[in-house]
Amino acid sequence: MWRITIKKQPDKKGYFGQYGGRFVPETLMPALQELEAAYSKAQKDKSFQMELKHLQAAYIGRPTPLYFAKRLTKHLGGAKIYLKREDLAHTGAHKINNALGQALLAKKMGKKRLIAETGAGQHGVATATGASLVGLECEIYMGSEDVQRQSLNVFRMKLLGAKVNEVTIGSRTLKDAINEALRDWTTNVRTTHYVMGTVFGPHPFPILVRDFQSIIGREAKKQIIKAEGKLPDYLIACVGGGSNAIGLFYEFLNDAVKMVGVEAGGRGIETGEHAARFAGGSIGVFQGCKSYLLQDDDGNVLGTHSVSAGLDYASIGPEHPYLRDMKRVRYTYATDSEALSAFELLSETEGIIPALESAHAIAEAVKLAPKLSKNKIIMINLSGRGDKDVQQVARIKGIEL
Amino acid sequence: MNRIEDTFKRLKAENKKAFIPYIMAGDPDLEKTMEHVMLLAECGADIIELGVPFSDPLADGPTIQRAAERALKAGVTLKKIIPFVKKLRQHTQVPIVLMTYYNPVFKYGEDAFIKDSVDAGIDGVIIPDLPPEEGEDFIKLSRDANFSTIFLIAPTSTKERIRQIVSACSGFVYYVSITGITGSKLTLEETFKSRIASVKKSTDKPIAVGFGVSTPEDAKRVSQIADGVIVGSAIVKKFYEHPVGAMEFIEKLREAIG
Ligand SMILES: Cc1ncc(COP(=O)(O)O)c(C=O)c1O
Repeated sequence: MWRITIKKQPDKKGYFGQYGGRFVPETLMPALQELEAAYSKAQKDKSFQMELKHLQAAYIGRPTPLYFAKRLTKHLGGAKIYLKREDLAHTGAHKINNALGQALLAKKMGKKRLIAETGAGQHGVATATGASLVGLECEIYMGSEDVQRQSLNVFRMKLLGAKVNEVTIGSRTLKDAINEALRDWTTNVRTTHYVMGTVFGPHPFPILVRDFQSIIGREAKKQIIKAEGKLPDYLIACVGGGSNAIGLFYEFLNDAVKMVGVEAGGRGIETGEHAARFAGGSIGVFQGCKSYLLQDDDGNVLGTHSVSAGLDYASIGPEHPYLRDMKRVRYTYATDSEALSAFELLSETEGIIPALESAHAIAEAVKLAPKLSKNKIIMINLSGRGDKDVQQVARIKGIEL
Repeated sequence: MNRIEDTFKRLKAENKKAFIPYIMAGDPDLEKTMEHVMLLAECGADIIELGVPFSDPLADGPTIQRAAERALKAGVTLKKIIPFVKKLRQHTQVPIVLMTYYNPVFKYGEDAFIKDSVDAGIDGVIIPDLPPEEGEDFIKLSRDANFSTIFLIAPTSTKERIRQIVSACSGFVYYVSITGITGSKLTLEETFKSRIASVKKSTDKPIAVGFGVSTPEDAKRVSQIADGVIVGSAIVKKFYEHPVGAMEFIEKLREAIG
C-alpha cells in the first residue's frame, strides 16, 4: 500500500503534483537555472561529495545519536519513544546540514557572499557558520520581532562574523525576512548565493534542501534497525517550512511507516492567531512557489502567530501538500500551550531542553503515545536544542532572569 | 487592434517615445487615484501602469512597499480596482495596464481575471513574479481575449530567455534597466545600449524601460535608446510627499522623453 511513486517528485519544472514551480522575478531566473546546473554537477562530483561527507562527520558531528527516551516513554505509558538528536548537531539544530551543503556549493560556484533569512535564528547561525567555514561574506535578514525573541542567536551570528539586518516592515517575522533576502539577492545576484533555509521557495531549493537534510532519515533508519531490529511505526516532526520533517521522512516514504507533521497551532485555530497552513489555509503562490498559504480572499498573506519563531510562517514547502494529497503524511498542529508543556516535560523527564519548534513534535507524541501499545515505536525528530528559547520561556512564565 | 498597439503606432508615426508612469491604485484611496490618473493623462502619459497592492511585494523597494501598505490600509484590492477602471473608462481612454503580483490573480482565478479586466477596459497586465514558463495557460487565455501580457527582461536574462520572453509579450516588452528592485538608483550598465539593441533584433515589439528612472535626465537618456520610459517610484513619491509639485514634475518627465 505504500508503493507509490513519491520519490520521482518533483518533475522537471519543480512540481510536486500541483505544488512547487518557480515564481520569481526574471532577474533571478537565470540564477536559479545556474544553481540547478551547479547542483546537478555537484551531485556527480566525487570530490564535492567526499568533502561534504567529511565535514558532516568531522564538523557537524554526524551521525547524530538516536536516543531511546526511557523516562518519557514510561511517563506516557504507551509506545516506545526514540529521539533523533539533531539538537546535538553543531550549532544546535538540523539547519546546519543544509547550510553547510549550500555554503560548499556556493563556494564551488565562485560566489563571494552568502545571504539568508532566519526566523528562530538557527538557520542564520548555521549559514554564518557555513560562511566562516568556507570563507565567504555573510549577511542575515531577520524580522525585528524575531530579533527580540531570539536575541541570543542574533549575538551568535555577529560573533560568527555575519551582518544581521533587522527587518522592520510588514509583520516583522520570517516572511518579511525572506522578502528582504530576495530583494538583496535580486540586487546582488551575480556575486551572492541565497541560502534558503527550508524546503521552500523556487525550484530547485525544495529539492536542494531536502537532499541535504535527508541524511537525518538515512541515519535514523540504520539506527532504529540496529536498536530494535525493525522500522518504527510512527515518525513525528514539526513543520515550519518543512525541512526537518522531510529530512526525516524522505528515506521512509516507501516503507510501512506512518508519518505525522506538526504545525504551529498558536493560540488556537479559531483565534486566527496560528501558523497551521493546512487547518487554516488554501492554495496560493508565495515567495517563489505554489503551496498552501494562509491568505485572505484577495490573495494577501495573513499574519501568523506561534510561540516558536521557526514555525511562525504563512506557507509550507510544496512537497508537504503533495504528501498530504497522497495521504502519505498526516498533518496536525500543537498549540503554544501544548508546546510549552512539552518543552517542560522533556526537560524534566529526560534532561533535554528542546527547541520550542521541536517541542511541537513532542506535544504530538504526548497525545499519540498513550493510545498505542507498548510494542509500537515512535521516532521523533528532535530538530534543535532549546537554549535559544530559555529566555523567552522565562518571559512567558513571568520569571525575571 | 488594441489601445496599447495603437498608442505605439501613433507615437512611431509622430517620432515620439512613450511616457509610461506607474502609480499604486488606492494610494491613499481610489478617489485620489482617479485624480492622479486624470492628471497623468492630461500631462501626456501614453500608457498608465496601475499597481495592485500586495502584502509582500518582493520586487519592490521601500517607496512602493509603503504605497502598497497605504492602499491595503484603505481596503483597496484587485476586486475593487477592476470596477474602478471601468468607472475610469467613462472619463479617459488612456491605455491602462495593471501591475500585480501573481497571487492576487491566482486567487481571483486567471480566467475570471482576464474576462473581468477586458470587460472593464483594462488593456493588459504585468506580473513580475510570473515568468513565461509558469504562465503558459495565462498567456493563451490572454491571447484569446486580446489582453496584453507584458513580461520582463532583466540585465541577467540569457539570450535564450530573451527569445522566450519576447515571444510571450504582447503590447510591449518591459526591459528592467537595473539588476535590482524598483526605486533603486539608476546605474545603466555599460552594456545597456547593446543589450537593448540585441533585444530589438529579436523582436519588432516596442521596448519600454523601467526600474530606477527617477529624474527627467534619466528619462531622457533612456528615451534615446528605448521606445518607452516607465517611471514608478519617483512619481509615487512625488504624489505622496509633494503633491503640489507633482504636475510640474510629470510635465518635465514628459518633455524629457520627447
Ligand atoms: C530547531 C528548529 N526546528 C524546526 C524549525 C522549522 O523549520 P523546518 O520546518 O524547515 O524544519 C526551525 C526553524 O527555524 C528550527 O530552528
